[in-house]
Amino acid sequence: MATTVKFTLDGKSRSVKVEDPAMPLLYALRDDLKMKAPHFGCGLAQCGACTVHVDGEPVRSCVMPATAVKGKKVTTILGLGTPEKPHPLQTAFVEEQVPQCGYCVNGWMMTAAAFLKKKPKATDAEVREALAGLKCRCGTHVSIMRAIKRAQQQMGGAA
Amino acid sequence: MNAPMDFSASRREFFKASGALIVSVSMAGFVTEALAEIGANKPPLVPGELDSWVAVLKDGSVSAFYGKIDMGHCLDVAIAQIVAEELDVGFESVTVFQGDTATSCNQGGASGSTGISTGAKPLRSAAAEARRILVEAAAKQLAVPVDQLSVLDGVVSGGGKRVSYAELIGGKFFNSKVEWNKQVGNFMDIKVPAKLKSPSQYKVVGRSFRRRDVEGKVFGTMDWITEISVPGMLHGRVIRPVIAGAVPLKVDVGSIKKIPGAKVVREKNFLAVVAPKEWDAVRAAQTLKVEWSAATNPYPAMPKLHDHIRSAKVVKAETETNKGDVDAVFKTAARVIEAEYEWPFQSHASMGPACAVADVKADSATLWTGSQKPHYARDGVAVLCGLPPEKVHAIWVMGPGSYGRNDGGDAAIDAALLSKLTGKPVRVQGSRSDATAWDPKGPASVHRARAALDASGKVIGYEFISKGFSRVHIATNEADPRDSLAGQELGMPTNPVEGFGTPEDNYSFSSRRMGWETIAPLLDRSSPLRTSHLRDPVGPDVHFGSEQFIDELAVATGEDSVAFRIKYATKPRAAAAIKAAAEKAGWQTRVSGTAKSSGDILSGRGISYTERRGTIVATVCEVEVNRKTGRIWAKKFTVAHDCGIIINPQGLTQTIEGNVIHGLSRTVLEEVRFDANSVTSVDWASYPIVDIQDAPLSIESVLINHPEVAPTGAGEPTIRSIPGAIANAFFDATGVRLRTAPMTPERVLAALAAAR
Ligand code: FES
Ligand code: FES
Repeated sequence: MATTVKFTLDGKSRSVKVEDPAMPLLYALRDDLKMKAPHFGCGLAQCGACTVHVDGEPVRSCVMPATAVKGKKVTTILGLGTPEKPHPLQTAFVEEQVPQCGYCVNGWMMTAAAFLKKKPKATDAEVREALAGLKCRCGTHVSIMRAIKRAQQQMGGAA
Repeated sequence: MNAPMDFSASRREFFKASGALIVSVSMAGFVTEALAEIGANKPPLVPGELDSWVAVLKDGSVSAFYGKIDMGHCLDVAIAQIVAEELDVGFESVTVFQGDTATSCNQGGASGSTGISTGAKPLRSAAAEARRILVEAAAKQLAVPVDQLSVLDGVVSGGGKRVSYAELIGGKFFNSKVEWNKQVGNFMDIKVPAKLKSPSQYKVVGRSFRRRDVEGKVFGTMDWITEISVPGMLHGRVIRPVIAGAVPLKVDVGSIKKIPGAKVVREKNFLAVVAPKEWDAVRAAQTLKVEWSAATNPYPAMPKLHDHIRSAKVVKAETETNKGDVDAVFKTAARVIEAEYEWPFQSHASMGPACAVADVKADSATLWTGSQKPHYARDGVAVLCGLPPEKVHAIWVMGPGSYGRNDGGDAAIDAALLSKLTGKPVRVQGSRSDATAWDPKGPASVHRARAALDASGKVIGYEFISKGFSRVHIATNEADPRDSLAGQELGMPTNPVEGFGTPEDNYSFSSRRMGWETIAPLLDRSSPLRTSHLRDPVGPDVHFGSEQFIDELAVATGEDSVAFRIKYATKPRAAAAIKAAAEKAGWQTRVSGTAKSSGDILSGRGISYTERRGTIVATVCEVEVNRKTGRIWAKKFTVAHDCGIIINPQGLTQTIEGNVIHGLSRTVLEEVRFDANSVTSVDWASYPIVDIQDAPLSIESVLINHPEVAPTGAGEPTIRSIPGAIANAFFDATGVRLRTAPMTPERVLAALAAAR
């Protein structure tokens, strides 16, 4: 009954054997493929900690079945940038020393990255709207906003 | 100094080992190997040995062994700064190892904002002592008197000669005793012959060195507790009853037989499933059919919670402050003002459910834990497994922030019990509901305040009494399995302790009394509403009342809220902080609630001043209240913060900011919901916290530095000043007092309607 799901993960082709068609992508990424950055926060699409991009769109991998990414491009934060070639958001999050515990930070950066790609010149209010629903229990929201502004400047967005 | 012995652990090897995918497993292996290699030569890991605190490696780099942990508050960096300062080595050359029972003594873990205030003390002394020993050794070797030697970046020089720390001792043990004060935990300290530096000589302390954990978090390369994986490991999920206090009567093992490798594990009332694959453990937990015992309806109807607290029998009462003749003053008062405030149960609700991995063998055990008190977690596992503590190795690995005793302690004990019962290494990570419904809670409470005024309006009497559930019905750490859900499910006797708290004695009213009363838990065993420490235990709760009440007195006597506080503040440093916050915020002097705005959006500003074990915080909050929706938006905070000497300003600023937002969330949104027989706050929808839309536009921090004053802590002091500041700003905006937290839109609308 197991099906093999082939997809591209951070630019490399990978495959996972899926026993239960209901298994969320998050478990394929974490348990089978040992990816660290998408975290389990709620399993209910309520926090964003598990966010990855599927074909460029941010999705909550805790509720998307693994089988749904067959043939698609999945990007995690490792695919977003590296210390050598960082995404402007990563540079900005480091500059602003954003994360406290950091368990949430994947969700904020992945969601913001997808949004800024579409709308680099977004106003603060638009950014807040786009990020609504993401959780940060340590309360780093103000520095998240500072970092996003900084990244927008680097990307040639935001006034 | 005795003959130095060889010590092969080099930092490079440490890093090489930790580069592996399974960081902590490798590190644990490395530590064990290193210990075996140096075996008999290493002095025992006890606080009375200098080698337990600091080491100089072959390459001259320095290791500091910290028995607390940092969860993103820049504490390890601050410790490195302090050690570098006293040792006269470069900041970059100091590595701080933390939270591993094989490399550090039990300094209490993360607890009580003591990461620096008490946590840095033995490390500072140890670094100074190491310097003293090394400079004396250099004097001998160079034949130059000590008073002609100086140290820069780990090189001792004088009289035209020089020798480095690496040459003097690199890779060898000091084998030197220090005087331990015999305390374990937060107050562990040592005394040394070396003289500590005066703050006026500081070059490294006081600067904003950057955190060392940020890149790994931002680039997704860090290993978290959730990444720990041990060969042969099973995934476990503990099944807690839907009905509080219910126990499993019948378990239908066949209901999960289709799930590969899934098994039921049961010991008395402890029930769990394990499976080789994580998803299979999750779905087995969801699928398993269990017949539970009937509901006993242990909880009052939620709207009656505070009435229950008011009428419940007092189990323990304590008066912490009693000055003057309070009762007499109230009899002769020209005017008496009274108010009562209510605070709900609150959850730690960490960003992710806690995780732990345990490998329990017949004669030893290893625990990987995200608990903020790993040494105590080791002790708890040792008791649970009947092992001596030294046979249990606990390794702290960064997990979701915990803010007190969250579900991390239970995860550790659950994992150890499952490993013991299955004979395999077991990884446990809870569900969202384990983190929100089942963590130990901050206690609900009621606060009665009254003040006596003389004919001139002077406050001559003050009384503030809190009544609620104890803050420690469950101990603040997991050293005893009785204080864990698993222990209670196994039938261990419970061990509730009674304790609460009062505001600190901040105001100089001539007669004043502050005290507390605790009541019995609603359910004495395995209760999702059992109470323990939540960040700044009872601080926000108490000061939501006390700082509103001070404001009520200011208004009643026709005084400005800032001026009133300064008038009665007992210390010049407090008055200075209040002034600093007010000035920075552009405070408009007037009686609060007198400049009512019109339209749907009402604006106001409020102040609050609090202390916590020597740290003084004054906060000004500016709010907008939407009259139509009831939403309070705290737009701006200005925090003046005085915690003595500042070690790292940027770390401090961000610690303050986290406190502000956590405090905002707890003031306007957070309330654990329940019905007669269960907690119904099970996720983020039923336990809402602050969203980016609710976050303030800015938080301005005024850092007041007192290099001559020992550091008093910053992890918690700000949070207790937030509820009062918001509530007072709400009053200023609306002219209405809201004395029940959280100040949700529903409560705001009801309060505004009632005042109409
Ligand atoms: S874990 Fe997926 S949204 Fe919370
Ligand atoms: S930094 Fe801890 S949850 Fe956001």
